[in-house]
Amino acid sequence: MNESLKIDNLHASVDGQPILKGLTLEVPKGEVHAIMGPNGSGKSTLAKVLAGHEDYGVTEGGVTLDGEDLLAMEVDERSRAGFFLAFQYPHEIPGVTNANFLRAARQARLPKGEEIDAVAFYREMYEKMDRLGMDRKFTGRSVNEGFSGGEKKRNEILQMMMLEPKYAVLDETDSGLDIDALKIVAEGVNAMRSPERAFLVITHYQRLLDYIVPDVVHVLHNGRIIHTGGKELALELEEKGYDWITKEPVAA
Amino acid sequence: MPDAATLEAVNIDQDQGNFSYPEDYAHDAGYGLNESTIDFISDVKGEADWIREFRKRALAVFESKPMPTHWASHDLENIVFENIRYYLAKGQRPTRSWDEVPDDVKQTFERLGIPEKERNYLAGVEAQFDSEAAYSNVKEELSKEGVIFVNSTEGLREHPDLFRRWFGKVIPTGDNKFSALNSAVFSGGSFIYVPPGVKVKHPLQAYFRINAENFGQFERTLIVVDEGAEVTYMEGCTAPKFETATLHSAVVELVAMKDAKIQYITVQNWSNNVFNLVTKRGLAHENAEIRWIDCNIGSRLTMKYPGVIMKGRKARGEVISIALANDGQHQDTGAKMIHAADETTSNIVAKSISVGSGRSTYRGQVHIPKHLKGCRNNTECDALLINSCSRTDTYPAITVRGNRHATQHEASVSQVSEEQIFYMRQRGLSEGEAMSLSVNGFVNDLVREFPMEYSVELKRLIDMEMEDSVG
Repeated sequence: MNESLKIDNLHASVDGQPILKGLTLEVPKGEVHAIMGPNGSGKSTLAKVLAGHEDYGVTEGGVTLDGEDLLAMEVDERSRAGFFLAFQYPHEIPGVTNANFLRAARQARLPKGEEIDAVAFYREMYEKMDRLGMDRKFTGRSVNEGFSGGEKKRNEILQMMMLEPKYAVLDETDSGLDIDALKIVAEGVNAMRSPERAFLVITHYQRLLDYIVPDVVHVLHNGRIIHTGGKELALELEEKGYDWITKEPVAA
Repeated sequence: MPDAATLEAVNIDQDQGNFSYPEDYAHDAGYGLNESTIDFISDVKGEADWIREFRKRALAVFESKPMPTHWASHDLENIVFENIRYYLAKGQRPTRSWDEVPDDVKQTFERLGIPEKERNYLAGVEAQFDSEAAYSNVKEELSKEGVIFVNSTEGLREHPDLFRRWFGKVIPTGDNKFSALNSAVFSGGSFIYVPPGVKVKHPLQAYFRINAENFGQFERTLIVVDEGAEVTYMEGCTAPKFETATLHSAVVELVAMKDAKIQYITVQNWSNNVFNLVTKRGLAHENAEIRWIDCNIGSRLTMKYPGVIMKGRKARGEVISIALANDGQHQDTGAKMIHAADETTSNIVAKSISVGSGRSTYRGQVHIPKHLKGCRNNTECDALLINSCSRTDTYPAITVRGNRHATQHEASVSQVSEEQIFYMRQRGLSEGEAMSLSVNGFVNDLVREFPMEYSVELKRLIDMEMEDSVG
C-alpha cells in the first residue's frame, strides 16, 4: 500500500513553454512538506497541474494519489478523491453564498439520492468558522465576493476543514496575510494535521513555516527539486537566499 | 460552438413537456388566415356581432402592418402565416372537474403536474389545450366573494359589459402586428375580475398547452382588479417539440383600479421551435401597483416587453425579468414604463443568461414627460454570458423630460469564467453543477421574488438547462 502523494519525473508546459522539467517528490500521509523557491521556479504551476487546470499540459511523468493515477481523473474527481488545493487567488462566485457553496461541495461527495443533514452541516460549519475567527455573517455572503485578502485565505482554510481532504496543497496561502491572520490560518492547518492526512505547503517566504512546521523542505528551481532537507533548511534559505543552492551544480 | 452533446442536451431539457397526443378535434379552422377563418371561429363560439366585427377590423390591421424587422429579428420572416392553423378545439366547454376532462387532455395536464399543484397551493386553475380551456375552476369561497375567473370565451359570453369596458383599451388592436393578429383570432386565455376590497390570498393559475403541430395559440387575457383589491396570477406554458415552427401570440391586459395590486407571474418553458410573440401591458390607476414577474426559458424567438402605464398619481409599475437563451434561441425581452401621472414610480430589473450560441436582447422604454413631477425610475439590466460565442445586446431608451424626476440606470455584462468553474470543480462539483450554481447565483436575488413553489420550479428548470448544456 502506497499511502502518499507521489510525483514522479513530472514535466509540464504552458502554451508550449516547459515549466516543470522532471519534478520528483513524495509526500507520505501524516507528513507536512514545504516547497520553497524563487519566483518563476514553477511553484504555482505545480499546484495547478496537480489540480488539473486545462491550461497546463503534462508532457511526461506521472502523479499518483494513494497509488491511483491522479492525472487520469477529471478536476472534480480529484477533489472527491481527496485532493484539495487552497488557491493563491481564490475566485469570487457572485450570488452563491458560502453556505450554499460548501453544501453543494459536500453534497457532491454523497451517493446519488442521499441528502446531507442540514442541521448537522450548519452546526459543523459554525464550529469551524469559530475556530477560524470568521464571523457568522460570512455564511450568507457570496463566496469571496468583497472579501479582503485575509478573509479569502481564511475562507480557503474553512473549505479545507469542511471537505477534510487526504492531501492538501496550500499555494502561497501566506501571501497577503498579516501576522494575526497568518497565525489563525496556521492554527487551522495544524489542527488538521493527522496520520491520515498530508500537506504540501508552497511558499515564497519562510515566515509561514514558523507556524506550520514542516517535516521536509524542498527547494524548487527551474522546474525541478534541487535540494531537500529538514525544517532548518527553511531558516537557512531565509538567511542566505536561494543563490547558494541555485548556483551550485546539481548533484546527480 | 455547440457540439453534438450540447445539441442533444438542448433537446433533453424540454423533455418534461415533450409529448403529444393524437389529434382529435371537433372544430378545426384549417390552415391559413382570411375572413372565413374568422367567421368559422365566431360561429363555433357563437359570438356577438360586435366581436366578429372587432376581429375583422383587426385582420385588416394585421394585414396592413409590415413585420417589424426594421428593428427586430429577421427570423420573424420565417413565420409562414398560411401554414398555421388558427383554431383547434374539441368542442367542449371547460369542466369544473378533472374527471370530466377528456382523457388525453387530462393526462397531458397530469403529466405536467397541474392538478397536484392546484390541490396544494392554488386558489383557482384554468387549463387551456390548444384553442380552448379544458378545465377551469376557482375555489368556492372566492366565487362567493364575487371573484370571476373564467376563460375569455366564457367571459365575453357571461360578463359582456365588464369585459367590453376594458377589452382592447390597454393594448389597442393596432399596437403592433401581433397584437392585431391576436385581436383577429384570439381564443382562450383568462378573464379575471376581483371586486373592490377582495384580496385573493392564493394565486390563480392558468396553464397554456400547445398539443397540435402547425398550430397557433392566441390566448387573450384580461384581468380587472377593482379598488383596493389584490390578486396574483401565474401562467405556465409548454409545447411538444415538433419538426415545424409553432406560433404563440398572446395579448394580456391588466387593469388595476385605485389602490389595487396585481402581480402577474410567468414561467414559460417552450420547446425551441416556438415563436413566442406576446404583448403584455397593465394600466395602473391612482396608488395602484402592477408587477410583472417574467421568466422566459425556451422558445426559438421570444419577443416580449411587459409594460405598465401609470395613469394615476402614485401608481407603481415593476418588471422583474429572467431570460435564458440556450443554443439556437433568441430571447428578445424587456420592459415599457409609461409615466402618465405625478409621483409615479417604476422599477425594472432584467437579467439574461446566454448559453452556447444563445442570444439575449434587452429593450427597455421608460417615458417620463415634462409636465409631470416627482416621477422615479430605476432600471437595472445584467447579462451573463456562459460561452465565448454567446451574445447579448442592450437597448435602453429612457426619455425623461423636465427636471423634477429621478432616474437611475445600471447595466452590466459578465461572464462565467473558466477560472471560476475550475475553482468550483476543485471543490468537487461537476462542470454542470458548477455552471448551474453560477447561473442560479446570478439570478438568485430575482428568484426570491417568486412564490416559493415557483422558485423551486425555476431553479429546477435552470439546473436542467445548465447541466445538459455542458454535455
